[in-house]
Amino acid sequence: MTLNPDLIISFSAMHRLQWEEVQQKDVILYPEGMVELNQSSAEILKLCDGSRKPEIIVADLEQKFSTSGLQKDIFNFLEIALQNGWIEQH
Amino acid sequence: MAGLNNTKVTPPRWLLAELSYKCPLQCPYCSNPLDYAKHNSEISTADWKRVLSQARKMGAVQLGFSGGEPLTRQDLPELVCHARQLGYYSNLITSGYGLNEDKIIQLKEAGLDHIQLSIQASSQELNDYIAATESYENKKIVAKLIKKHGYPMVLCVVIHRKNIHQMEQILNMAEELGADYVELANTQYYGWAHKNRDLLMPTKEQYEKAEAIAQAYKEKVADKMKIYYIIPDFHEDRPKPCMNGWGTTFLTIAPDGVALPCHSARELPDLDCPNVNDFSIGQIWNESKAFNFFRGDGWMKEPCRSCDEKDKDFGGCHCQAYLLTGDMCNADPVCSKSPDHHVIEAAIASAQVSALSIDEKPLLFRNSKNSKKYIENNEVSISK
Repeated sequence: MTLNPDLIISFSAMHRLQWEEVQQKDVILYPEGMVELNQSSAEILKLCDGSRKPEIIVADLEQKFSTSGLQKDIFNFLEIALQNGWIEQH
Repeated sequence: MAGLNNTKVTPPRWLLAELSYKCPLQCPYCSNPLDYAKHNSEISTADWKRVLSQARKMGAVQLGFSGGEPLTRQDLPELVCHARQLGYYSNLITSGYGLNEDKIIQLKEAGLDHIQLSIQASSQELNDYIAATESYENKKIVAKLIKKHGYPMVLCVVIHRKNIHQMEQILNMAEELGADYVELANTQYYGWAHKNRDLLMPTKEQYEKAEAIAQAYKEKVADKMKIYYIIPDFHEDRPKPCMNGWGTTFLTIAPDGVALPCHSARELPDLDCPNVNDFSIGQIWNESKAFNFFRGDGWMKEPCRSCDEKDKDFGGCHCQAYLLTGDMCNADPVCSKSPDHHVIEAAIASAQVSALSIDEKPLLFRNSKNSKKYIENNEVSISK
């Protein structure tokens, strides 16, 4: 599975993304497992909400953090997220 | 003696709520204690809600509703709803018995996240024999309903000598039923399985063949079905890291409210496992003798104490050490460094002899009658 730049990304219905107060971290929950996320991964995944294509996610994050040149890193992460089944494209 | 020795206590992450020891199935490898018939009281709905709230506040996030059969509790939807409000990721660990479409919808609306369905074999005859209950056809119907209503589904198959030859068919069945995950759990020999070990333990050749099939299947279905293969530790030369470290991650609450660092820990002597009716989860987790007993390495004897792998496997499984060597502070005899390792070799050899014998003794099925008989015999032998 590879990232398709023309398709909208949504978070997987088979996983749950949630903030954990005790751990002070966002985590992904799924059957028999949990992934602890760092802040940048969590920021990316929160925008995978079924309304944005990959490049819009990049633009929104660059704007939010007043920076540029994030595309490569974000696309790399989205690729991993797709392979792990955390996100979907339809 | 055992104790803290300045080990930092980490918060619980996984809570296993064993709601009831009642179960319509009688699987001869059941992980419930042999004397479960003695522990027949069940804590109330309010008690469970308090336990869920307290554990969640400490950091528990993965929650399994288990048993016995958790569906025997009429308040299950209410507990699921409470768990969802607290932010748990909750799992129903079920035989499927008593699960119909209305219940599946009701639990979904209450906030249940996923369902783990057990199935005993890939054929009706063998499934119904192992479960000692006609249940195969119903399980297949339930599996399809679980997927129809959008749950992630884990199919759990316990593997032993009676079904290991079906490995390929079991995986085909899982794929056909739309399982997202298959747990191929090689039998762990505690409780009922320990009693039935000679009849359940496959030969090394059978294990190797089955594992090769499972590994090949893993690649074939990589994108749509995840396979968890739980290894048969009797054929390893290092023990498993028991519970990811005692009192570090897992908390089990038994039906009568007894808190256990592992679901088999009831078998261990002198732990004085605390009850949620007497203590808060915080007190139990942080202060109780039972949860501190195997934290850190102060409890270790040789060869564990000076072993350079002790931070990797924590001395292995204490229940196994107790059942097979008589002392829970010994190294897990699965370890080839253990002076008791010969008991593992003897167990494998004994099972092999049993496999080849013409008149094998019958399986001891998990039911109240056999549990009561066990309690009687045990009390007689103690009073002698």
